[in-house]
Amino acid sequence: MSNTASSSPAMRTVTATSRIGDIRAFAGFGSLSFACLVFLYAPIVFLAAYSFNDGRSVSRWSGFSLRWYATVFGNENIQTAALNSVIIAVIAATASTLLALGAATATVHRRASGGGAAYAVLTFPLMVPEIVTAVASLVFFVAVGISLGFTTILLAHIVFCIPFAYLPIKARLEGLDPSLPAAAADLYASPAKAFARITLPLLVPGLLSGWLLAFIISLDDFIITALVAGPGATTLPLHIYGMLRLGMTPEVNAISTLMLGASTVLVLVSAMIGRVGQKH
Amino acid sequence: MIAAEVRGLSKVYNAGGSRAFEALKNFDLSINANEFFTLLGPSGCGKTTLLRILGGFEALTEGTCTIFGQDVSRLPPEARPVNTVFQQYALFPHMSVRRNIAFGLEMLGTPRAETERRVDRMLALVHMSDYADRKPDTMSGGQRQRVALARALAPQPKLLLLDEPLSALDLKLRQKMRLELKALQRETGITFIFVTHDQEEALAMSDRIAVIDKGRLQQVGTPEDIYENPESRFVADFIGESNLLDARVSAVNGGEAALIVEGFADIRAPIGRPLAVGQLVSLSVRPERLILREAGQDVPGGIARVVARTYLGNAVEYHLVAGGQTLTAHAPRGGLRGLLDFVPGDTVSVGFEPGSIKVVSS
Amino acid sequence: MSVRQLSFSSRISPRLTDLGLLGPAIAVILVFMVAPMAIMFVYSFLEAAPYGGVEWRFTTDAYTSILFERDFLDDSLTFTPDYLVVLARSVFQAGIATLLCLVISVPTAYYIATRPERQKNIWLVLITIPYWVNLLIRTIALLFVLRGDGPINAVLMNLGFISEPLPLSYNGFAVCLGLIYSFLPFMVLPLYSAFERFDFRLLEAAYDLYASRRTAFLRIVLPVMRPGLIAGSLLVFIPSIGSYLAPDILGGGKTLMIGNLIGTQFQSARNWPFGAALSMILLTLTLLVLLWLARRAGQQTSDCR
Repeated sequence: MSNTASSSPAMRTVTATSRIGDIRAFAGFGSLSFACLVFLYAPIVFLAAYSFNDGRSVSRWSGFSLRWYATVFGNENIQTAALNSVIIAVIAATASTLLALGAATATVHRRASGGGAAYAVLTFPLMVPEIVTAVASLVFFVAVGISLGFTTILLAHIVFCIPFAYLPIKARLEGLDPSLPAAAADLYASPAKAFARITLPLLVPGLLSGWLLAFIISLDDFIITALVAGPGATTLPLHIYGMLRLGMTPEVNAISTLMLGASTVLVLVSAMIGRVGQKH
Repeated sequence: MIAAEVRGLSKVYNAGGSRAFEALKNFDLSINANEFFTLLGPSGCGKTTLLRILGGFEALTEGTCTIFGQDVSRLPPEARPVNTVFQQYALFPHMSVRRNIAFGLEMLGTPRAETERRVDRMLALVHMSDYADRKPDTMSGGQRQRVALARALAPQPKLLLLDEPLSALDLKLRQKMRLELKALQRETGITFIFVTHDQEEALAMSDRIAVIDKGRLQQVGTPEDIYENPESRFVADFIGESNLLDARVSAVNGGEAALIVEGFADIRAPIGRPLAVGQLVSLSVRPERLILREAGQDVPGGIARVVARTYLGNAVEYHLVAGGQTLTAHAPRGGLRGLLDFVPGDTVSVGFEPGSIKVVSS
Repeated sequence: MSVRQLSFSSRISPRLTDLGLLGPAIAVILVFMVAPMAIMFVYSFLEAAPYGGVEWRFTTDAYTSILFERDFLDDSLTFTPDYLVVLARSVFQAGIATLLCLVISVPTAYYIATRPERQKNIWLVLITIPYWVNLLIRTIALLFVLRGDGPINAVLMNLGFISEPLPLSYNGFAVCLGLIYSFLPFMVLPLYSAFERFDFRLLEAAYDLYASRRTAFLRIVLPVMRPGLIAGSLLVFIPSIGSYLAPDILGGGKTLMIGNLIGTQFQSARNWPFGAALSMILLTLTLLVLLWLARRAGQQTSDCR
């Protein structure tokens, strides 16, 4: 307790430096926050900047060029890997969103017993360290005899995407006024019709953000994919990792910058969806 | 004709569980066709549960529930000829006003042209024709209220259930909507079942009121009946203000009882049911029916001391202590009885207007 | 008016519908997530097959070999701290990273939460973008600036502060920085939403009762925020301790963490039971931390009531 200054409240002096103004402000917090932003952005900005470097060296600037992008776009292996990544992400996001939609509809606003247990199972993939999920999936696929490749990557991705799709959908459903489906039933809508005409349209923002989150998480994954991919299949992160084994090259910068750009666009899209969703 | 009836109705939540809660206990109630009927009680008394059972949103535990002679106890909401105006209106946020009102008709398979005609009529009925293409979240509370009413009335239900529909509005608008609702009910001839915790609202709008407390039906009657002749201590206290006095029956003479109240002499009251001499009862007297006179003047009653005086604008409220009981009296400003003004510490004579004393069950 | 006659019995029971909706998601996780964990548990008690996989003979070797080395000749056990060091390093690195993330995030999250609405949204998007950017790419970006011939060293050398490049990469420092860099947004965002809900009238009350700004922050803001701080720490600590990419890309030979050790057992080293045993230890450790923090958070909220 800082009552050292005086025992009498009335006698307590306020130093001249303490401003009267925003009572919530604390000195230094602003500059620290800006430092935090710089820390988060400086590395990716540098990485992106050097992707436009004309020289082979990744440390000396020798003029602007798009040649590394040409190299990347011309590389068939990168094209295949990118296509694989997108196909897997689309299927995994869609499948996990559908599974999550069913689970969320069944658990939210219903006094179904065992809701807590269902929640624990659905979010279990979030609790397990990624590397453990990775090796366990590998062991499982080998044990049950599914040969490693595209299918195993897809299965693993669907599983770890479920909680990411589930949480936004669940949040949206919980925010939904339970008297809306009740009103639909009151106005002669069957449960199926009430769901299709009222609940589902209102869930769209939750579904979209769940899908987007799952899509990005799938696109992002390295370690689980690396272990269950087997020799044949590859994804973009696996390919970039392979390139990195040969050292830092401008191609790595270029393809990383492309992925950076894609992520940024996706974030902005999801922020927009969030804003539209808030309106309702 | 009886519009809705419940017989032996009970509702238990978590039946059999350790936290079982009996929301409604052995309820019997009949509501006549074309009536504006109000379920009134404090929050948690079970009135909303009863409404939700009538609407089909809650399953009843025991008893039956009939609507125009049809047993609906086991029917889901979409199979009941009733519609509901929800507390927060529950307008579909992604649909325009027009589509909201058309929803029920569409679900019933009404032909398109007929639906649109009916929607137009409903819009006109609630004075919202200019807002047909607006979305609900762009409108004020009063406007949403009207849309919710139109939506519920559009399928021409036999029974309209209203769950505290005015509670989300501010005072002025609430008073205006009271008149509108009442007029709408007369115009449409539909039976309204209205839930509220606001006794003033209930008195102003209803043909009949059912007072509910702790899951039990306390009293059913017209507003005048409920206010003037409360049957229980709870009703006397909940509807308006009441002085509740403990009394003992000293003699019964035909339809009248003589009562002993500490601090008062010669108290008589009409009785509606048999009372035994020596029985303990409660008496209810409305504050505006107390007569205050300067001490020593001859009024049948007793002597009291003024402990507080509160200026209320249209009246003055006195808190009095007489014979160990606390009383509240309202004297209109400058009115017949208000020519005299008292201050705390004064001793006054207290009397009761003829017929103002009601015997209520304890 | 026509009223469709439906009876409850003609409808599919709601309980059955719920099961049909919930079932598939639960089944997928049980089969592809919980069953694999069970198999791992079993494998951790089996003998390693020479080229990956397992031999079906019960043994606790996988667990004992974490602490002891078995002599080839006389079968005796000697204590070797090598793996214990990796485990301790993992906990230590994750702990330091979590602590530093807290130190950075508390002021940042607080600052964002007290911005006007428009600025707040911009800040949030700015913090969210790195959160969604591919982790591998962010780790590569950090390596890019930390390298011996990277921009940081180049700037420092050009300015004449140093003559030799600083050893910023391929060491424990780089790994710790990598963990912070990877998981910092995980801390800022939940802390922000906690601060957002903070009732700032409490601060007014504290100042009214003669608290200094510092005292008010330490004695009022932080204690009220404790559940948020715990949640944020959890979101950083758990992925940090099992992190694979940061030590792999930014670290050197002596900065291996348990995630890399596990990965190696299923890739080059091919000792599945040992990897399974390490996984079980990491999983247990993680779940214990989760459980402990969840219980403390639970206590905190019940204290507040």
